[in-house]
Amino acid sequence: MLRFEEMRVQQGTFCLQADLTIPAGARVAVMGASGSGKSTLLSLIAGFIWPDNGRVWIEDRDVSRAPVASRPLSILFQDGNLFPHLTVFDNVALGIDPNLNLRDEDRARVAASLDRVGLPDMAGRKPAELSGGQQSRVALARMLLRDRPLTLLDEPFAALDPGLRREMLMLVRTLCDETGQTLLMATHDLRDAEQLCDRVLLLEDGAVALDMPLREAVATEAPILAPWM
Amino acid sequence: MASRAQPISGVQAIGGAFILLVVLMILGPLVAVVLRAEGFAGLRSSDWAAIRFTLVQAALSAVVSCLAAIPVARALARRRFRGRGAYVALMGAPFILPVIVAVLGLLAVFGRAGWLNAALTGIGAGTIEIYGLFGVVLAHVFLNLPLATRLLLQAWLAIPAERVRLAHALNFDGRATRRHFEWPLLRATLPGAALVIFLICTTSFAVALILGGGPSATTVELAIYQAFRFDFDLGRAALLGVIQVAICVVAGLLAWRLAGASGFGGGLDRPAMAWPGDTRTARLWDIAVLLVAGLFIVVPLVAVTAEGIGAIAGLPASTWQAALRSIFVALGSTALSVTLALPIALLIAGRAARAGLEGVGLLSIAVSPLVIGTGLFLIVFPVADPIALSLQITGLVNALVALPFLLRALIPAAAEAEATQGRLADALGLHGTARLRHAILPRLRRPLGFGAGLAAAFSMGDLGVIALFSAPGQETLPLEMYRLFGSYRTNDAQGAAVLLMALSLGLFWLFDRGGRVNASL
Amino acid sequence: MKSTIIAAGMIAMVGAAHAQDAPVLTVYTYDSFVTDWGPGPAIEEAFEATCGCDLQFVGAGDGAAVLSRLRLEGERSDADIVLGLDTNLTAAAVEAGLMAEHNIMANDLTLPVVWTDPNFLPFDWGYFAFVHRADMENVPSTFGELAASDTRIVIQDPRSSTPGLGLLMWVQHVYGDGAAEIWEGLADNVVTVTPGWSEAYGLFLEDEADMVLSYTTSPAYHLIAEEDAGFAAAEFDEGHYLQIEVAGILNTADDVGLAGRFLTFMLTPAFQEVIPTTNWMYPAALAPEALPDGFETLTVPNVALIYSAEEAAAIRDEALATWQAALSQ
Repeated sequence: MLRFEEMRVQQGTFCLQADLTIPAGARVAVMGASGSGKSTLLSLIAGFIWPDNGRVWIEDRDVSRAPVASRPLSILFQDGNLFPHLTVFDNVALGIDPNLNLRDEDRARVAASLDRVGLPDMAGRKPAELSGGQQSRVALARMLLRDRPLTLLDEPFAALDPGLRREMLMLVRTLCDETGQTLLMATHDLRDAEQLCDRVLLLEDGAVALDMPLREAVATEAPILAPWM
Repeated sequence: MASRAQPISGVQAIGGAFILLVVLMILGPLVAVVLRAEGFAGLRSSDWAAIRFTLVQAALSAVVSCLAAIPVARALARRRFRGRGAYVALMGAPFILPVIVAVLGLLAVFGRAGWLNAALTGIGAGTIEIYGLFGVVLAHVFLNLPLATRLLLQAWLAIPAERVRLAHALNFDGRATRRHFEWPLLRATLPGAALVIFLICTTSFAVALILGGGPSATTVELAIYQAFRFDFDLGRAALLGVIQVAICVVAGLLAWRLAGASGFGGGLDRPAMAWPGDTRTARLWDIAVLLVAGLFIVVPLVAVTAEGIGAIAGLPASTWQAALRSIFVALGSTALSVTLALPIALLIAGRAARAGLEGVGLLSIAVSPLVIGTGLFLIVFPVADPIALSLQITGLVNALVALPFLLRALIPAAAEAEATQGRLADALGLHGTARLRHAILPRLRRPLGFGAGLAAAFSMGDLGVIALFSAPGQETLPLEMYRLFGSYRTNDAQGAAVLLMALSLGLFWLFDRGGRVNASL
Repeated sequence: MKSTIIAAGMIAMVGAAHAQDAPVLTVYTYDSFVTDWGPGPAIEEAFEATCGCDLQFVGAGDGAAVLSRLRLEGERSDADIVLGLDTNLTAAAVEAGLMAEHNIMANDLTLPVVWTDPNFLPFDWGYFAFVHRADMENVPSTFGELAASDTRIVIQDPRSSTPGLGLLMWVQHVYGDGAAEIWEGLADNVVTVTPGWSEAYGLFLEDEADMVLSYTTSPAYHLIAEEDAGFAAAEFDEGHYLQIEVAGILNTADDVGLAGRFLTFMLTPAFQEVIPTTNWMYPAALAPEALPDGFETLTVPNVALIYSAEEAAAIRDEALATWQAALSQ
């Protein structure tokens, strides 16, 4: 599904290196301290930055220098996912056409997608009128609509309180179960990871320090994971 | 919250006293003006023409500045290039550039005998005429395009990077980018920016003095000056002063509701982001826009420098004396401004910073230099010779006008210092001057230096009140420059312009630098 | 306490120094009079050689602005003499209570009119005219032609400048009630209105305009001082308004005797001979034969127009309002 081939990127004094494969359907928790390279790794996959050396493969296609929009993935940020001047409906519909020229079936799909995330009645509201959790649901609805095989979550629910965060993670999990998505989630929190992921990728100073099934890592109490236990 | 319960400290008492003093210094002249004003029946058709011209030129200046700023700000927001930092800094230069120098530079380029017309005549095209509405608006755009650009750029750079990345991921084209980023941004920012510039242009004096002048191109501020100096008709000057204040208050209240941003704020040196929907055409367009705008700002300054630099050595002694006088006035008014601003900022920051900032805004609205000048004249005249006090009055009015700049720089910094260092100091049991010296003041050095630099540069370059009061042999450098220009000694005037520009920028640099050296931030 | 004593001592010293100095005679005049190339320096030297005094010229804008400044300073003014008002302003100066009588008999005046003013004495005179470059085509010969043409002119503000006010009187004299119409026609010819004569003439020389309001004598400057015959004054068939520039003693004069001596000196050749080639006007008390070479080439209008000081004062405000209204459209 996703492969880094002797990939290396330099940003100032910071250097990120990776050489690994992630199989289709895997749900990977990308963990590490601040500055360890989690966001950089996700940015590389999404195409916001390009590797200096090596390649990035998605579904057997070399996307190392492919434009962001051409990559088969969706991405969800901690915030900034919604446009404040657009309604919930339009924010979701951006996933179909950025210029919002919609056919009837497009509208139906947007509505269905909002139903799926539990916001059937919010279509006409502006993001500012929603709670944090509801805003995240809108972003999820758009992700669902785009239906890309790879999903990147960049500390998506960090601003929500623990109960709400858990609820959102469960929702993502349900959705992923239905679609069989491959998923990478950057996170600080091992418990969050356990909600959703089956594999952990630990970064330290730009290098992969640990790459193993999550359950196994937790069970063996891998010493390197101690700070997150 | 314990600190709030402390008895009022010395600094706070001084701050309160100074606020009262400033309000008196502004309201006193205003009251004098209102009491002296003729009835509104005294308004002539030429006065209505001045009001109309003031509003029309200010509206045009605001609209043109803002529209022209859109492509410039967009280009700066989405292009990375070497010298971008310098370009953004250049866009700050007109804040501290004396208006009269800018006007002389524009004349050197756009005047009948200027560079542009020489080129136009060379290719057989017609000539453009700078006097009147066109010239006034041109000068105002020159002075305010950078402000508009900075206000817009600030808004552009405040867009979260995630949202831009999201737009990339959603495959936004140029149209979608305009619709979902630029249009909402402009709709939120432009009205406020336009009103701020409108407000600035309604108080325009020096520009209209040189490039307007005829009855068809007279602003209210200029009409005040004319009623005062030409007709010595204090009743009419006062009436026009009341009208000026009314215009300012209406425009100012609107502007304050719509725009809080000052354009001085940080963040402008944030790196540009790659924007979705970018094309080769867009790139070429941006390059063209940056070139044209850069040339528009730089060429007049280069022109006046090129023509004037050779004349500096031969400047008459009176010009050097005027320069010395100006330096004293600038330093005096800066010292006064800083003395007033510091305790006021500390007092306001400790209490209600937000309301305080708004009060500062209202203050800057009420301060129309010529109105305050007229009022001070009316107050001083019965007891002393206002002409003999021209430099002192100029320094005082300049200090009042510069006060809002300083407070806007100081209050947020003081509030932050209070919120962070202040608590620490309280916890350590620091009180009184020790608390001030070790906890608060070190954090204020940079904004203080910056604000003092602005105040000094402003006072150095000001041609306003001094024109009202000027006595022969008491000219400041801007006034001396205006007189040289008026007596057909254009080259000497250009030499004086270079000197004035160097002194203004130099004073700003000194103060700003002084605030940065060894600063804790 | 100590500082008070020092201050008192210093005041005493300064006072003593002053007492030893020659008395100061302060003359308020218009800017171009006191420039290095104007009459001021030569006249100052000549008068100081005989008066045992310190003559100080103070430039205070153009002629009308000088009057405004005197009204603004009022009783506190340091000025002893005002020099450079013209007959359109003298009544206003008298009405403002600024003037003392001169009590000087002036018998040898060479003015085109009879002089009887008890407060002022003339020092020079000239005809207002629009000056243009000699190679200009289609030079207008009436205000009507000028208004109908696309000739670009610079004029002066009548509130601050004596030529500006003179032009107002000129148009009023020729057109009477039709003046407003002429001004409306001229409005689109006016490049700008300057506060003083020097600004306007400077703009003209910088080619910002085709013609400038000045005097029939202005081309003499270019001819004599610059040896450039490339300037001319447009002759208007309707006649030219006359300006008579005057000086008078102010009520604030410290030493009326000294001030009177200056006015007497003003009408002697030592002053008068300086005027033609520095102020570029006709001297008020000098025989025409004594004029420098070159003056004979100047245009001399067939018709000279002038209002008396009282008439001028009576029509000024209304003419000004007409002018402002027409030009502010």
